[in-house]
Formats: sequence, C-alpha cells, structure tokens
Amino acid sequence: MIVLLTYLGLFLGSWSVLRLLSPRKPRPVFGDIAAIRPNRWAQLLSIIAVLAIWGGFTGSRLVPLHVPGPFLGQTGFDYGTNGPDGAAEGRVTIIVHRPEDKPDPLSLPVGKTVFATPAWRSTLIRPTDKDTPGTQIVTVEGLPISPGQSAPVPHGHVVLTPKGALSFTPDPGWQMEPIWLPAPEAVAARFWEIARNGYQNTALWEHLGYSLLRVLAGLVLGALVGIPLGYAMALSGWFRGWFDPIVEFMRPVPPLALIPLIIIWFGIWESGKIVLLFLAALWIMVIAARSGASAVRLSKVHAAYSLGASRMQVLRHILIPNSLPEIFTGLRVALGVCWGTVVAAELVAAEKGAGMMILVASKFQLTDIVVMGIILIGIIGYAIDILMRWAEARLVPWKGRG
Amino acid sequence: MTLLSLHDLSMRFPTPEGRETLALCDISLSIGKGELVAIVGPSGCGKTTLLSILAGFQRQSSGQALLNGRPIAGPGRDRGIVFQQGALFEWMSVARNVDFGPRMGGAPRASREALVRRLLAQVGLQGYADKAVWQLSGGMQQRVALARCLAGDPDLILMDEPLGALDALTREKMQSLVLDLWQDTGKTIILITHSVDEALLLGERLIVMAPRPGRILQDLRLPFARMAAGGDLRAVKQSRAFQSRREEILSTIWGLEEEIMGRPEAAE
Ligand SMILES: Nc1ncnc2c1ncn2[C@@H]1O[C@H](COP(=O)(O)OP(=O)(O)O)[C@@H](O)[C@H]1O
Ligand SMILES: [Mg+2]
Repeated sequence: MIVLLTYLGLFLGSWSVLRLLSPRKPRPVFGDIAAIRPNRWAQLLSIIAVLAIWGGFTGSRLVPLHVPGPFLGQTGFDYGTNGPDGAAEGRVTIIVHRPEDKPDPLSLPVGKTVFATPAWRSTLIRPTDKDTPGTQIVTVEGLPISPGQSAPVPHGHVVLTPKGALSFTPDPGWQMEPIWLPAPEAVAARFWEIARNGYQNTALWEHLGYSLLRVLAGLVLGALVGIPLGYAMALSGWFRGWFDPIVEFMRPVPPLALIPLIIIWFGIWESGKIVLLFLAALWIMVIAARSGASAVRLSKVHAAYSLGASRMQVLRHILIPNSLPEIFTGLRVALGVCWGTVVAAELVAAEKGAGMMILVASKFQLTDIVVMGIILIGIIGYAIDILMRWAEARLVPWKGRG
Repeated sequence: MTLLSLHDLSMRFPTPEGRETLALCDISLSIGKGELVAIVGPSGCGKTTLLSILAGFQRQSSGQALLNGRPIAGPGRDRGIVFQQGALFEWMSVARNVDFGPRMGGAPRASREALVRRLLAQVGLQGYADKAVWQLSGGMQQRVALARCLAGDPDLILMDEPLGALDALTREKMQSLVLDLWQDTGKTIILITHSVDEALLLGERLIVMAPRPGRILQDLRLPFARMAAGGDLRAVKQSRAFQSRREEILSTIWGLEEEIMGRPEAAE
C-alpha cells in the first residue's frame, strides 16, 4: 500500500516537475493518437522510479533515501513478577541483529538476562532467574499485563503468552525483509555469482540457452506446419472447412491448460515441452498465414494473372509476399507466447532452464535468485521482441503500405 | 479492323434476397484496333462488371465476347489491365513491378532490363527503377501501373478508373500521358471513368451506360482526344464545343440518376 502510494507520488511528482521544467511546446491536438510519442524523460524516470522504490524499501546502499528500516541494536525493558517469593523486579536486554549476521558474542554475553533476535523475528523471553514455580510476570515497563495481552516496549512490543513467557518483536520498520524482496545489489551480486559459477551445476547461459532452444524448436516446428496449413486454409474451401473447427476450438485454449495432457502423452521432459511449444505456436501461425493470404487485394491477383502469371507464380510472387507482414506479426506473437509458456513448463519440471532456476531457488527461499530469474526472463522476452521488430522493419518494409 | 466484339452480353448476379440483379443486359458492341474508348455512367451501371468479363476474371451469364475472333476464356497476356490504385506489388521495386509479366514468362534478364528502361522513360519515371513502389506518390504509382501493363505488349488495355484516386492537377498530367501513350503505341484502350470531363477528353469514342439493367445508352464519336493528343489539353477543355458536349452528357447522366432514385427497386 505504501509502496503503491509512493509510486503514485513519484509518478505525479516527476510529471509535474517536468511539466514545469520543460519548455512549452505546441502539443498535438487531443485525440491525434498518431502524433503521440513516448516521452524520453518519462521512460528514463520510470525505470529510475522502480529502482528507487525497490532500493528504498529494501535498504539498498545504492539509493540515498530509504524508508525507515527495522530496529537494529540493543534495547531492553523492565518487568515485574509476582509469586510465592513475593513481588520482584527485573530487566532484560535484547540485541536485534541483521538476519544474515550472528550477534557479536563479545559485546554482550547472551545468557539469563540478555537475548538476541534477528530483525523482523520475534523471540521468546523467559527470565530464568525468577524461575521459582508459580512465579508470573505481571508488569512490563511498570504497567500491568495479563496473558494474551500485548504491551509496547522501547523499539518493539511484547506479548505475554498464555504459558507466561514474553514474546518480543522488534520494530519492523517499513522496509521489506530480504526474504521477501532482496535489495538490488544483492540480486546483482547473485547475478554475477551465478553468471560465473552457474547454478545447480549448470552455467547461467546454459539455463537460458535451454529455454531459448526449446522456444526456437517449438516455434520452427509450429511455423513449418502452421504456415502451409494457413495458406491451404486460405486457398481451399475443403481445407478451410476441415480445419476451421479444430483451429477455432484450439485457439482459445491457453497452452498452459494443455500441460497436464501433454505430460500424460509425451512425458514431462524434452519432447513434452517441445510438443507444448509447437502447439502454442501452431495456431498462431495458422491464423497469421491464413489471414495474411486472405487479405490480398483481389486486384493484385487479377493483375498478376493478366500479366501471364501461372497459379504457382501467383502463390509464389503475390500471395506469399503479401502475407509476410502478417506472418511476421504472428511470429512475434508466437515467440512471446512460447517464451512465457516455456518458463511455465519448466516450472513444472526441468533439469535446466530459466523456469527451473526460479522454481528451485524458491524452494530454498533464495528470493534473490527468483528475482534475478524474473528480471532475466523479462529482459530476454523484451530483447526478442526488439529483435523481431528490427527484423520486420528490414525484411518487410512495405508493411501497411499496400 | 475489329479487335473486340460483344454479342448480347448479359450478366446476372443473385441478390441476397434470392432475386437477380441484371448487371449487364444484352450488350452488343464492336471495337476496332487502335480505338480509345471511354465508358462513363453512374455507379452501379455495370462498368466494372463489363471490364472484368473482358479481362476474363468473370464469365458472362449469356452472350458472346470475342477477342480477335476467339471467345474470351480467362485472363491472358493479350489484355493488360490498370486498376484504380493498390494493384502494384509493393514488395517489389519499380523495375520488378514493370518487368513482372516478361519475368513470369521467362524472358532473359538483358531484354527485361532494356524493356524497363524504355518503358520507364515512356511514362516519365527515368531513374526510379530501384525505388520501392510505396515510396512513390499516387500519380507515380499509376505511371508504374501503366508501364507494367505495357510491358506485356497487350492487344487491348483495360483501365478501371485508373485516375480516380488522383488529385486534379496530377490527374490532368496523367490524362495527357494516357493520350500520348495511345498515340505512341497505337494500342486499343478501354477506359472506365466516372468523370464526364475525362471521358469526353480521352474518349475518341464515348460510351454512356445506364443502370438497372446495365446497358449502353449512347455511343458517340468525339474529336477531343485527337485534338488534345500532343496539343494543349486545357485549351481543348475550355473550347465551346467541349463545354456544350459536357453539358449534354451531364444532363443525360443527371436524368439517369433521378430516374433511378424515383424507381422503387432502387431502394434495395
Ligand atoms: N460479384 C457480384 N455479386 C453480386 N452483385 C454484383 C457483383 N458485382 C457487381 N454486382 C452488381 O452489379 C451491378 C454493377 O456493378 P459494377 O459493375 O461494379 O458497377 P460500376 O462499376 O459501374 O459502378 C451493381 O448493382 C452491383 O451491385
Ligand atoms: Mg466500378
């Protein structure tokens, strides 16, 4: 909630600051959507904002401003007991340390009245020097307390458990625990480590390469079958009639829903994954090729015929090139879908792969690897799309100009 | 000498309501070699249908269409076609558009290159051979379409509103280009237009068609095309004779439109 509000604040803040700073330019007419270009500053600031929030809420050393972190250091409180020996007073000292550190044994010996706890974790405090049976804690910091109640103490609060012990929880602050979300530098450090040493006996590039290879294999197979099938459906009423129900039926089924069946049929390993990706790509490519070939302007086909072209020449020189832009769009969509599907399939089972990396790390609560994996998956997906757009501009420059 | 002759050519289309539209009704016509025929008429009078039967894209419901004495049985290289716009192959360069016909026919590269050079010069596009067609303006694209059609050396050139999408100025330039090409090549041209001015100017022979059913209303011989070819097109347009002809044709077509509006089937 606070994170969202901060994000909103950063969004509105940078917007208004930039509006004040940037020179007044004539703005396009409202509604002239074609004239809208993404604001360079907004792109830059958006990334900075995400990093700043991430760093700010995880106590990163990379950002100067943080939300208050958890209490660290030494604190303590007084308590009073009552029992067969009569009333007595006592004091405990608590050392709150970083989860990744051990409490410094030299500074204070942990013992009867000194306790240690990692930040964000509560600890049970049973003052053992007042251990006579029947002795009960009745006050904390001078105020009466009964079992089940909680009382504020310096840098935290205590709850008196029904069994008569005190459970101390240090102030958590607003920052997130590393196990929820590690700081950016922790993720980066983990990235270097895994990039150098690999993970689960496999190099990082091999994990990612495996995922990419699966995607490519599925996509190539899907295109090899789907594109000719799409053309056939565009050109022949028989093919269209025969395959339309299948395509229309399979199109809305998300590939992930096929995983269980595919595991049953093809097993959980490589062949199953490739079949899954093949199916994910297939319908997209069929539809792209079909609509690309169907979208041809009749006058182009007529012109070709009256210039003496044969049917095969019309297919080769008119229908196929005319459908290339749509096929490219289809390939782009299919690549995106396949990339998402492969990660999910690897989450189900894999020995190597980006999804497997995340899954295994999450089982060991290695959140930094999980976050790193998610970021890498996102970057690779984005890079693939940029590559496809670049290739599209190179290979089908006539797109949308017919 | 007769190149094309039509005998009682009719074309019927089924309508969605289960009735029939008579798009063409008993068209009889004979066109000689080298004629430049303009066809004008309100929309829906079957101009495009007639053209596509001549091109061989559609078959007539009844009647006969003979080209060089043989029935038309499909599209062929003996008839070139120029559409309004968007019929160029935008994935090919200008040169590859122009030599598409010969290339498909297996003509050797050297002869194709010479042909492209000659044709591009003829339509005023020297130096554009390697441009992508989508980089050209609408008028230039139609020049490419003309060159592409000429490359097949057809006996008959069919044009369906070839200049319809161009602005007025470009259109006049293209009109004189069409006249020049006609004079230079001696080709037989059938040109459909919905502009009466254009029809009067380009049509050495002018056919006025009427809708419902599609039929030939008038078949006129006009002097303006020969006057304008190689001469001053604008002066011809301003001449008294041209103006009065224009009024005549316009009022005929105007009357036709009124007539259609008044008829109950027209509301379909
Ligand atoms: N393929 C078709 N199916 C049904 N009706 C058609 C078809 N083509 C043309 N028509 C009808 O035939 C008539 C003539 O059409 P068209 O030749 O396109 O006229 P024009 O080109 O003179 O405007 C119109 O009424 C049109 O609705
Ligand atoms: Mg028409």
